[in-house]
Amino acid sequence: MIITQKKPLDEVWQMLEGVTRVALVGCGSCATSCKTGGEPELQEMKEYLESNGKIVTATIIPNESCQKLLMKKELKALKDTDTQAILTLACGDGVQTVADNANIPVYPATNTMFLGQVERVGLFSEACRMCGDCVLGHTGGICPITKCAKSLVNGPCGGQKGGKCEVNPENNCAWIDIYYRLDALGQLDKLKTMRTDKDYKNFAFPRRISIREDK
Amino acid sequence: MNALKQALDNGKFGITAEMAPPKGYDFSACMEAADMLKGKVHCVNVTDMQSSCLKASSLGLCIKLKEKGLTPILQMTGRDRNRMALQAELFSAAAFGIDSVLALTGDHPTIGDVKEAKPVYDLDSVGILQMISQMEKTGLDCGGNEITGGVPKFFKGAIVTPVYDPMFLQVNKLRKKVEAGAQFIQTQGIFDVDQLKRFMDGIEKAGYTTRIMAGIIPLKGAGMAKYMNANVPGIRVTDQIIEKLAQAGAEEKETGKKGLAMEVGMDIAAEMIAKIKDEKICSGVHVMAIGAEKNVPAILQKAGVSI
Ligand code: SF4
Ligand code: SF4
Repeated sequence: MIITQKKPLDEVWQMLEGVTRVALVGCGSCATSCKTGGEPELQEMKEYLESNGKIVTATIIPNESCQKLLMKKELKALKDTDTQAILTLACGDGVQTVADNANIPVYPATNTMFLGQVERVGLFSEACRMCGDCVLGHTGGICPITKCAKSLVNGPCGGQKGGKCEVNPENNCAWIDIYYRLDALGQLDKLKTMRTDKDYKNFAFPRRISIREDK
Repeated sequence: MNALKQALDNGKFGITAEMAPPKGYDFSACMEAADMLKGKVHCVNVTDMQSSCLKASSLGLCIKLKEKGLTPILQMTGRDRNRMALQAELFSAAAFGIDSVLALTGDHPTIGDVKEAKPVYDLDSVGILQMISQMEKTGLDCGGNEITGGVPKFFKGAIVTPVYDPMFLQVNKLRKKVEAGAQFIQTQGIFDVDQLKRFMDGIEKAGYTTRIMAGIIPLKGAGMAKYMNANVPGIRVTDQIIEKLAQAGAEEKETGKKGLAMEVGMDIAAEMIAKIKDEKICSGVHVMAIGAEKNVPAILQKAGVSI
């Protein structure tokens, strides 16, 4: 899931300078789980804006905010509302999908942090940096590109202390975790294969993929 | 031929020292140390912003040492340069007659003195070695393009941390470094020769051979030892050594005689070097004096080793 965090209200307020009539768009998917763009957060934002003199013209929560066609349909609700700007409480992708479908300014109410796992309600950890060349099959399902602070592919640096990473002692050294996972799976041999370093051609952005026949 | 390569190839005990470029452009202290090391060691490693602290570049000091008639080993980390910048630096190094390089992944900027810097890590230590070996084999650069006017060759080194749990990970990564073309290996500072022996056995059991030079750090006092134990990964100074240094330190205070602890540190280093050589535990030693390079010749003399 895409993990988002709320922007400070001051920053949101500054972006909306000079705007009176504003619509709120959330997201029924990731941003709802992150408690940044679901029903309660939109309500909270609405109350904040209205108590400070703005008019909220609509609140929309599409099932997913990253679907262009779905968003186009949802935004029809803004017709004839004289909305001057849209505040999007979804990830950066959601904000852009709204912007692609609107001809008024669109502002983000969140910071998009990472692609991660919901460890428990309200606790998220980064899991995949979308490198385009997944190595999880060799590493016991623990991502060294994300969980190792240097994205090493050939095993650990010498920097760990007591199993913790040199970069942030709150994090486990990913390679030690990988070692124990592979050991438990009886797959330690996988560590012996030499890997060439990542081919960062796959990383050149922006990326676009089509599995359609008409391209 | 590179002096260290020649020594190791001929079965001689290899001796290397280490120097760090200055923070700034005054190289005079380095030049003084170079004068003392000349003729006493096969090669001198020049660090590449060790501990991620900003210094003059490794290549700069390598050139200066070369001019003085020493044989430098260019240390290169993957922290600050992508594969293009690394290979470019190697071309320049070769043009100045530098023929040995030691590949490291590099400490992360967050542990250094410019924490804001963006790290690179395009290639790790294994990747850097692979890139050089590939270049030497194919005559092509890392993008697969023809290199004009001859391909430089390097005597390639890498490092290993023998004090590591689980040891499998270090033994395994070292194997990859050797497969990627490392011809000599220097270890992190060793303070327990039995521990070193166990590590060497581990390598033998893993079924590969390489030429390992034991890292020796002459300690300046008990404080330094304790600091390193707490802060430097892979360093484990034994209680016995700390005790000896502390005693010398206490004596210093009592008698007012300066430098007793440093003396003891040098003795300990010399004893370890002698033992490693006599018992044929490693192919050589790498002395990291951390600013006290002037002591290296005396340590080597005490140990009874020479080039
Ligand atoms: S290797 Fe890691 S970053 Fe790359 S695709 Fe797999 S999980 Fe994502
Ligand atoms: S300590 Fe482990 S996780 Fe941290 S950078 Fe080194 S190998 Fe990666």
